[in-house]
Amino acid sequence: MAPLSSSFIAIISISIVGFYMQFGDCNNGRRVVDNVESDITGFSVPLEHSFEVDDVPRFRARGNIQLKAGRENGVFLSQALLSEKDRSLLKDVAAVDGLYRIRVPRVSLQSDRQTDRQLEGYLTAFIRACSLVESHLSDVITLHTDVSGYLIGVSIVTVPSACRGAEVEDEVDLEIFNTTIGVMAPVNAPAPETALYIEKMEQEMDKKGKPQEQKSFFAKYWYLILGGAVFLMATSSAQPPAGGAREQS
Amino acid sequence: MAGQLAGFTVSLCLLGFTVAVFEDQVGKFDWRQQFVGEVQFALFDTHSQASKKLLVATEKNIFASLNSRTGELFWRHVDKMGPEGHIDMLLMHGQDAVVVVGNGRLLRSWETTVGGLNWETVLDTGSFQSAAFIGLQDLVKYVAVLKKSAISLHYLSNGHQKWVENLPESDTVQYQTVYSGGNGQVFVLGVVPNSHIVIVEYNIEDGEIMKQNSVAAPWMSSLKSSCVVVGIGVLLCVDPTTESIYTLPLQSEEQTKMTPILLQTLGLEMASGFQPVLMSTQPHPARPPLSEFFLQLGPDHHILLQLKDGHISALRDFNPSYLVSFATTGEKTVAAVMSPKNETVSIHPRNACSINLFSADTGRRLLDTTIIYYMDPNGGKPTKLYVHAFLKKDDSVGYRVLVQTEDLVLNFLQQPGRVVWTREEALADVVTMEMVDLPLTGTQAELEGEFGKKADGLLPMVLKRLSSQLILLQAWLSHLWKLFYDARKPRSHVKNEVTIETLSRDEFNLQKMMVMVTASGKLFGIDSKSGAVLWKKYLENVQPNSVFKLMVQRTTAHFPHPPQCTLLIKDKDTGLGSLYVFNPIFGKKSHISVPALPRPVLQSLLLPLMDQDYAKVLLLIDDQYKVTAFPSTKNVLQQLQEMASSIFFYLVDASQGRLSGFRLRKDLSTELIWEVVIPTEVQKIVGVKGKRANEHVHSQGRVMGDRSVLYKYLNPNLLAVVTESTDSHQERSFVGIFLIDGVTGRIVHEAVQRKARGPVHFVHSENWVVYVYWNTKSRRNEFSVLELFEGMELYNSTVFSSLDRPHPPQVLQQSYIFPSHISTLEATLTEKGITSRHLLVGLPSGAIMSLPKMFLDPRRPEVGSDQSREENLIPYSPEMMIRTEWFINYNQTVSRVRGIYTAPSGLESTCLVVAYGLDIYQTRVYPSKQFDVLKDDYDYVLISSVLLGLFFATMISKRLAEVKLLNRAWR
Repeated sequence: MAPLSSSFIAIISISIVGFYMQFGDCNNGRRVVDNVESDITGFSVPLEHSFEVDDVPRFRARGNIQLKAGRENGVFLSQALLSEKDRSLLKDVAAVDGLYRIRVPRVSLQSDRQTDRQLEGYLTAFIRACSLVESHLSDVITLHTDVSGYLIGVSIVTVPSACRGAEVEDEVDLEIFNTTIGVMAPVNAPAPETALYIEKMEQEMDKKGKPQEQKSFFAKYWYLILGGAVFLMATSSAQPPAGGAREQS
Repeated sequence: MAGQLAGFTVSLCLLGFTVAVFEDQVGKFDWRQQFVGEVQFALFDTHSQASKKLLVATEKNIFASLNSRTGELFWRHVDKMGPEGHIDMLLMHGQDAVVVVGNGRLLRSWETTVGGLNWETVLDTGSFQSAAFIGLQDLVKYVAVLKKSAISLHYLSNGHQKWVENLPESDTVQYQTVYSGGNGQVFVLGVVPNSHIVIVEYNIEDGEIMKQNSVAAPWMSSLKSSCVVVGIGVLLCVDPTTESIYTLPLQSEEQTKMTPILLQTLGLEMASGFQPVLMSTQPHPARPPLSEFFLQLGPDHHILLQLKDGHISALRDFNPSYLVSFATTGEKTVAAVMSPKNETVSIHPRNACSINLFSADTGRRLLDTTIIYYMDPNGGKPTKLYVHAFLKKDDSVGYRVLVQTEDLVLNFLQQPGRVVWTREEALADVVTMEMVDLPLTGTQAELEGEFGKKADGLLPMVLKRLSSQLILLQAWLSHLWKLFYDARKPRSHVKNEVTIETLSRDEFNLQKMMVMVTASGKLFGIDSKSGAVLWKKYLENVQPNSVFKLMVQRTTAHFPHPPQCTLLIKDKDTGLGSLYVFNPIFGKKSHISVPALPRPVLQSLLLPLMDQDYAKVLLLIDDQYKVTAFPSTKNVLQQLQEMASSIFFYLVDASQGRLSGFRLRKDLSTELIWEVVIPTEVQKIVGVKGKRANEHVHSQGRVMGDRSVLYKYLNPNLLAVVTESTDSHQERSFVGIFLIDGVTGRIVHEAVQRKARGPVHFVHSENWVVYVYWNTKSRRNEFSVLELFEGMELYNSTVFSSLDRPHPPQVLQQSYIFPSHISTLEATLTEKGITSRHLLVGLPSGAIMSLPKMFLDPRRPEVGSDQSREENLIPYSPEMMIRTEWFINYNQTVSRVRGIYTAPSGLESTCLVVAYGLDIYQTRVYPSKQFDVLKDDYDYVLISSVLLGLFFATMISKRLAEVKLLNRAWR
């Protein structure tokens, strides 16, 4: 069980605490226009979030996911602090049990060409805003890819994820996202394990098989030979009475 | 290698899983019904008078022989599905039936008494047009097969080809008919649409073209529907535009023009917009057809005409008449006509029809030949009429008829209207089904009712209780009396018929009502114990390609409210849906007003919420993501408003690979909350399955060898999504499995099975998913099982919420080789989920295998250890065996099994199973054996005598002890 369970998730997650203060303003100012930026080491994808009291999604930038093409663990998230306004808004949304949503554009993590990377539409996920507040902005974001490296889904959970109605002091706890981000690619499902099994069986056969082979012909079939001999003797001795019976009739 | 493995695994069968039936149990708890489907051709064996054979060839590619006295199958041949096995033509001569199969691919001759194959010939390629027997001098020796570009003649005795000839100008001329009058020629008739008719005459002996002619016919588009050969080689064609019949003698020397005869001159008028149909009869293939023929002028109007010396005269007008047919016995040919009984009433309502025989050559009605045919008010209109005529002792003609209706009922009737047998062929195509508990008996209901009503004070309550107890006593006494009465009668007479009135739940709820929905739009209520059809209902306006979803909105548990089922019928093309609400026990349509569904329905959702009448709430989501609730009473809407924020649903758009989640808003609109898109360029979604709502899981975890508990990940909202790669190359193709939470859209697990291809069958239950795929590299079928565990600790043991489960589950997976293809897969289901689970595997051979889930356990160790033995884990072996004692249907094979339905019974050990496909098979399975049932040979006498003995022994010894004590005290 143990090897299987450990191999189950190929997440190599790197937690980055959002200390990128200097990016804050500039991220807020940037809109969704240039989604995919690339540089020599990789490219980045905007992560957007939305939390509104009326529950109509209005997405705005939360940070940038930086991806290193071709490398499995090459994912970082740089994100800004929550502004004063957002903090109070988040608390308000949490109070009415609204949703906190995130979205990322549909991109390919594998493709080398920029034009192929981007597909139509977004992938969205949500949590209850209260759980984000109560977990003091500690969330786990996982990007899911398919076999060819396209992003197919995004998921977000907070730890802990229950809403117990705990009070949160906004200034300290609702400023910095404590995010763990990871990429999850599909695992290869195992095929029937035949090689090992045959090997095991052969070993067992070897153990059992050898003593049997060494038996000689007579040792194996002595009872048949004996039985045959007895039968022959019996039939030869039984003939005279049979003849006598025929005479009588 | 596989064989070697099979040998090895035999040694592994340490655990005795015997689920086979005993010989004396055969047919005791199970039944099978065999069907043939919609009849395409039906022929009676007129060879001998006493013959009971009726040959049918059906839409389902089945060629069968029915016993015309009982309706049972003599034999049945099930051919391949799809166009490859399609039966194009059925001809019968003497004891032999000749069948053309697969658009002219094969020509077969069957011996009809036992259904053995006489011979089979592979025909040249080319699309099939027509086939006919060719006779010469009163002997039928050949069969001609006409294809698009060639005609071939085969010997009837052995199938060998006599000759094959290409047809002239076959790229422009559409050859459609072959005809022979039995005098040495074969005529092939073709048409160039809207131009001319081509007549080619072949010599029977060598296939030489004797004559070739073309006759102008600019009005003609197709020969098949509008032309017949009548009399001594006269071609008759009907033209609806000019309302006239054209005649053309085939054998005359000068064939240049067709002679028109206006219908008006015969005093006939055609129904507007109706394509008239001609029908002639050729009683013997070696002789020319009769000169009498039918002309259908309107949907309910036929006329019997006669052609004599180039003139057409009307013999008899049948107006109204639904169906007509010719039949021949001996030298006599008769025409059977089905017409409404009450002639003044026109089309609606047609309740009774009368069938009469008319002499074909004069049109006179034959005396005493009326058969009254009563139409089923819950059925459809008759569509086909087959007549079996025979000569009676006094040389008059007697007959029986086979009537097929729209809802695929085969009725066999004889004079004066007795239904000899009925077959419900719609059941050959069951789409979906449900099992509903039977209602309580009157006395049980009386007791139940006592608790349902409001209390009206102490005294009335006491009286009520006493009266119901009296009723119970009375029922018990009458039951005893019945037992006593029955005991005196011989066994065979006791068999009591199940009728809709006597339906009541048995002690352990083993007998249920099976509600079956068929593709033709007919609903059935079948008693699960006997297989008797208790009610049926034909829904008339159902499109042939509709999708059905059957839901049980209210079970039988809420007396006095009747149980309620809802059928959602969705047109596949337009997506528009409609609801049909009915009582599943009696089949009656409910009078509840049904919401109109003006927009296409995307998803339906049966909530556990109930209205004040205990009907579960059904939500329907249309293409604008608006929600319609049914029932939509004030109470329901109020509940929905309260619950709105916790009602989530998902939509799957397989064409775009999009899965999206929605949440209900208070105003019954919805909001999109998550979206997962699986690019369709790489893989396409082939199946999405959640868990069954009535599934119970008894144990939260598994106790391991070291006494610790491994908790199961029991997410009721989990969806298993299976995809197949678009790339079908054997090295690159794969099958993808995604486990997605249906509420949050979180991808819990994703895996790819490399070098794999569909068709994928999968079952999703409890904490596991089992799927079957085809391994393209090793060319074999493989099973794979995924199990999900939370780990050694449970996150929140009291309640499961998808929104509050931060840690992803541990996923274990293992695969096995399976030595057969499979048709369908289902898991057993029991009342409380205590019984171990089995997988029911429908094999293409028709067997249904009950495979213990224990063999599909990803925790099976490679090498057995003490701990794994403690846990009862079987050491891993890569090959899964098929053991014949696992076949739950012993020799009762289910042809083309398409689905298996499982339902729990009142006994925890017992699961009811229905397998459906071409046949229907019902049985019970006991995955953990009958642990809650005393065995049949349980020794009641011994146990009770021992108990009594002990009782008396204690009494006596007590008395003795007392005496002894007393004596001691006196001492």
